[in-house]
Amino acid sequence: MTVLDGPNRELQKASGHRATFFSYLHEWVATSDHKKLGIMYVTSGLLFFLIGGLEASMMRWQLAWSGLEVVGPEEFNRLFTMHGTTMVFLVGMPILLGVANYLVPLMIGARDLAFPRLNAFGFWLFLFGGLLLYFSYFGAQGLYGMGSSPDVGWFAYAPLTERTFTRGHSTDYWILGIGISGFGSIATGINLITTIMTMRCPGMSLMKMPLFVWLMFIDAILIMIAMPPLTAAQVMLLFDRWLGAQFFDTGNGGSAVLWQNLFWFFGHPEVYILILPAFAYVSEIIPVFSRKVIFGYPLMVAATIAIGFISLGVWVHHMFALGLSPMVNAIFMGSTMLIAVPTGIKMFNWIATLYGGKLRFQTPMLFSMGFLTQFLLGGLTGIMLAVVPFDWQVSDSYFVVGHFHYVLFGGLVFSIFAAIYYWLPKVSGRMLSETIGKWHFWLLFIGFNLTFGPMHVSGMLGMPRRIYTYHPDRGWELWNLLSSIGVLFQIAGILFFAYNVINSVLRGKKAGDDPWDAWTLEWTTTSPPPEYNFSEIPTVHSRRPLWDQKHPEDPDWKYE
Amino acid sequence: MSQASANAMPAAVSTDPPVAKRRNLNRGKVGMACLICSEITFFGTLLATYLYYIGRDISGPFPHEVLDISVAPMKVVFNSIFLLTSSIWIVLAVKALRKGNIKMFGFWWLLTILFGVEFLVGTGMEWYGLIAEDGLTIRTNLFGSGFYTVVGFHAGHVCCGLILLTIVFVLTACGFMHKRHAHKVDMLSWYWHFVDGIWIAVFTIVYIIGYV
Amino acid sequence: MLLGCLHAPAAIGSGDRWARRSGAQRMTRHRTAHDGRSRLIAGPMGLVLVILAAVMVSATSETSFAETATAAAEAPVCDGAAPWPTMFAPRSAPAQQILDITWLVIGIVGVLGIIVMTMIVFSIIRYRHREGDDDAEPAQIYGSNPIELAWTVLPTLIVFVLFLVSARGIFEIEKETPPEGALEVTVVGHRWWWEFDYPEYGFVTANELHIPIGDDNTPIPVFLSLESADVIHSFWVPQLAGKTDVVPNRDKNHLWLEPNMAGTYVGQCAEYCGGAHANMLITVVVEPESEFKKWVAQQQKEAVQDESVAEGRRIFQQTACINCHTIRGTVANGTFAPDLTHFMSRSVIGAGAAPNNPQVLRQWVFDPQTIKPGCDMPAMKLTSEEIELVCAYLETLK
Ligand code: HEA
Ligand code: HEA
Ligand code: HEC
Ligand code: CUA
Ligand SMILES: [Cu+2]
Repeated sequence: MTVLDGPNRELQKASGHRATFFSYLHEWVATSDHKKLGIMYVTSGLLFFLIGGLEASMMRWQLAWSGLEVVGPEEFNRLFTMHGTTMVFLVGMPILLGVANYLVPLMIGARDLAFPRLNAFGFWLFLFGGLLLYFSYFGAQGLYGMGSSPDVGWFAYAPLTERTFTRGHSTDYWILGIGISGFGSIATGINLITTIMTMRCPGMSLMKMPLFVWLMFIDAILIMIAMPPLTAAQVMLLFDRWLGAQFFDTGNGGSAVLWQNLFWFFGHPEVYILILPAFAYVSEIIPVFSRKVIFGYPLMVAATIAIGFISLGVWVHHMFALGLSPMVNAIFMGSTMLIAVPTGIKMFNWIATLYGGKLRFQTPMLFSMGFLTQFLLGGLTGIMLAVVPFDWQVSDSYFVVGHFHYVLFGGLVFSIFAAIYYWLPKVSGRMLSETIGKWHFWLLFIGFNLTFGPMHVSGMLGMPRRIYTYHPDRGWELWNLLSSIGVLFQIAGILFFAYNVINSVLRGKKAGDDPWDAWTLEWTTTSPPPEYNFSEIPTVHSRRPLWDQKHPEDPDWKYE
Repeated sequence: MSQASANAMPAAVSTDPPVAKRRNLNRGKVGMACLICSEITFFGTLLATYLYYIGRDISGPFPHEVLDISVAPMKVVFNSIFLLTSSIWIVLAVKALRKGNIKMFGFWWLLTILFGVEFLVGTGMEWYGLIAEDGLTIRTNLFGSGFYTVVGFHAGHVCCGLILLTIVFVLTACGFMHKRHAHKVDMLSWYWHFVDGIWIAVFTIVYIIGYV
Repeated sequence: MLLGCLHAPAAIGSGDRWARRSGAQRMTRHRTAHDGRSRLIAGPMGLVLVILAAVMVSATSETSFAETATAAAEAPVCDGAAPWPTMFAPRSAPAQQILDITWLVIGIVGVLGIIVMTMIVFSIIRYRHREGDDDAEPAQIYGSNPIELAWTVLPTLIVFVLFLVSARGIFEIEKETPPEGALEVTVVGHRWWWEFDYPEYGFVTANELHIPIGDDNTPIPVFLSLESADVIHSFWVPQLAGKTDVVPNRDKNHLWLEPNMAGTYVGQCAEYCGGAHANMLITVVVEPESEFKKWVAQQQKEAVQDESVAEGRRIFQQTACINCHTIRGTVANGTFAPDLTHFMSRSVIGAGAAPNNPQVLRQWVFDPQTIKPGCDMPAMKLTSEEIELVCAYLETLK
């Protein structure tokens, strides 16, 4: 297992200590090394991804045709709640934090994050929160015997979450599990901000940071600003449930609208928290595989900041059907649409980077292209949803489900795969198989579009989301069947991926330090990097220090 | 190209690259500033909720019936003055430490703690009065829910602050504090100022705007 | 400075026109690409504007292509056995307005999508690394102010246009006060059924909303006030209007319908509301005014007292049924569950979970959970004789 061959282990071997299982376990559990934590974050995220995907597969099986009885209504409600919650909080968040953990110090030429122990604490909080959430399957019986896992949907609208409507403790598990892992995210977010602000290597001014670092910087700021409101809302909900407070108790004057405002004030920035890392990955991968410098770096930075800023002011677009006044709806429609501008800038700049390049379609690039096309579609359906009258028809329908899987799966998850193919050689020192990678990509690409494309149609045909079954006379069966068939392709693709990763880590071909002929600092050190990252802290003069080094006659810093 | 770092620039470069500047941002302070930012959005949410619910109670007791905003001793205005002045003492303490005057530091520091404790005691007495005499609990009405949550979380933060301050005081008493610790202590003082600042917001919203 | 072009000779040698140009460009530090490249990318952007204008004109003109497309979607008439609850077959004014806007949006977004997708696919195909290419790095282009400005400004304009059109739609469709001469109905969402209250006529019914249309097909506006008895629901009948949430402790939500064709329209609760959310369906019967008047007259009456089913009535009244259900004219006055006074006038049972026929009714009274799992009516544990008697009684409630 090459990943595990840290210098520590070599040291142990050299000094004649036999590495027992426990010493090995101890090394990982007690670590505060950003690279180990990064690996643990991503690994647990991927495991949760399998669980969340399994839940999704069950749902798709149940919905494949009208009137099936694979799972009952209660179980179905738990499935989509756990699926959504898992994918957002236990897959998206840890993977993005993990990748940032691993790469940010390497990219800015630092030896660790600013607060290594806080970093470890953040990881364990996340893991504990996640396990707590899943423990609800056993622990939520409660006094009333109503139980098992939460079944309130991933945004847990009040007053459904009040004691009156969800007895037992399942909802409490949702609150606590998400709340605790949220604390971890805030801690790690703060850690990243501080690291990026104070630990850049000599020469790396803000405008010389790789775009990856910029995007994670804005991302961490969003985490810092947007997560605490969720925690506050959850605390209030918890007080309602445990202490008899009345914040969201509509029977006593509490407000259902307030919960939605508070949740989406977090929830919308949250989806951008999830997509900014995707932007970050492809902003590194596309230039390297096009063999061109990123087009319009300053504008990319500006667009990132604009996205972060605007995303804090659009949350009401999740509440267009709530019956708010036309004025409020119109204002938030405007702010929502505005976000197309900076996002479009990014899109076009990536395309301009491709334009005139010499594109190499190794797996990371394939997945980035998958990202580009699918995120385009998902973004455009997002703009459609922003049109309030249209949203009145399709809100809470499968059209929305289609939209957000295009951005979350087609955008985020595809880019995560791209990132894994791109950076795993650095992490493990071994290449992933290109052949299997291509199988993985194409199966997933086909399966993905087959699953989520038809959802737009069934949504416009009137199919609401979160229904465990539907009547045969609605004209939805064909579309659902297609969706469900697509999942088979996806599962096959994911199995290829799993095999590829395990196979590569065990016996992949050696990667060398810089397998992609890339340009950022992480490729200057060994694969895997030593515990101290760099034997000597580097000095940079441009955004692409390795380009400067490889083309001393034509360094970048002259043009920036 | 392993282990090579970018500053090992080959001599063939035509012009010299620009000289790299060094920054001097303190990571403790940046971290504390971030923590305070996230705390502000946390309290912001609670306060926004409180604002939203002002005047929406279906049943009493209502704020103007039970909140005492007279300037009498041990009432909320009086206590607030204590909390806010404690911010001045902590500034003086840090100043003293910067100068290396450990004695004065200990004095101002203790004063800060005492003033903070007074505030907590005051809050406790206020709560006792509200619960025992006016029958206002967290489950009585929206006002009760909001009031205890907002004021309670603030008091919780004061508590945290006091614990940290006390630790520093004990360290001082044992003679562990030095001039070089000034910037760490300064960080703590930021936190204390933040707790004070939040109180100004809480006071304005709960006792002034919400007093209807 | 000479060294600067050293890295580009391969590109120059490759005979690629653009590469040669930009190789030179790089040498002279020009960041503005005032060559064909900017035209190449800005061209499609101009096209966007033209098409945008065309779409706008067509959407606002008398015979919009929206109408043509709607005509094509005429097929699924929502009546009787073949209900297709699709927004593409609007049968009411607001749904029609929404569809018009929808076509416009699909048009704009579709064109944009095609253009950008073409840009991506073109770049992928044109610039892929081919067999026999050399390994030299292509020209490095750091950016171009005019091009970047173009794709900042153009999307802003598009978004602005889209905003104006849609905002007008919002103000036209969302009504906060009843339109002139509207029939007002209060809709109360319950877990997991609907209560319909006709204050004008003084009766309450459930699960099947009846609304009129002029006998000569002149539309009559209907103004629904939406209230909830428990959690959030959402009232959605796609052919009649967009959805509006039904929110507890917020009694100011409204929905406006103006049907232009008689028929039975289906929809369903669109906000997750717990266990039986999937079976919280909506049935709206749009009928000619004369028939509607008859229906109203019937609903206003108290329940029939048929002596032949006295035994069933006795069992109904002695079982807990009356705690939850109301049958006007009897002791049953519960408000937890649907009003059964004229139960047989409904075509569905359990808010649309199943059709209302004798067999289903018996099954329902035997154990509702088998028909609508998770619903709030328990199996009443009656013997089969009792079930038969009670159902016989219920069947008289026309
Ligand atoms: C990664 C996550 C992610 C991302 C990036 C986005 C991006 C966007 N989303 Fe999405 N959204 C979700 C995740 C995401 N969303 C989720 C999870 C939900 C559902 C939550 C739930 O209910 O469970 C949701 C729901 C949702 C709704 C509410 C629907 C409803 O419930 O009724 C709306 C409405 O406005 C919306 C809009 C948008 C918009 C305008 C964007 C924009 O950012 C898109 C911008 C991108 C582009 C536009 C494409 C590229 C741009 C160009 C090529 C330029 C030219 C384009 C124009 C000029 C238009 N989203
Ligand atoms: C990052 C986010 C993300 C991702 C990646 C996915 C992935 C998938 N989602 Fe997800 N989805 C959400 C986020 C996401 N979803 C959210 C936020 C909701 C809203 C929830 C709510 O309403 O509250 C939702 C809701 C949602 C619904 C709507 C449910 C409803 O409203 O009733 C559906 C229905 O088809 C669905 C399907 C799928 C499918 C088929 C996949 C697939 O692409 C998954 C593919 C993965 C696999 C197939 C895993 C592979 C498994 C194996 C290889 C087996 C081996 C496993 C073990 C040995 C353990 N999702
Ligand atoms: C605990 C309360 C309760 C009791 C007792 C009860 N019901 Fe119900 N009933 C309900 C509820 C709630 C519904 C609506 C279910 C739904 O659609 O989700 C319902 C629905 C019905 C319906 C279908 C109404 C419609 O419009 O679709 C019938 C018929 C019915 N009940 C008959 C009975 C009979 C007969 C009894 C007694 C033997 C009875 N109910 C006892 C709660 C009750
Ligand atoms: Cu009512 Cu869903
Ligand atoms: Cu959003």
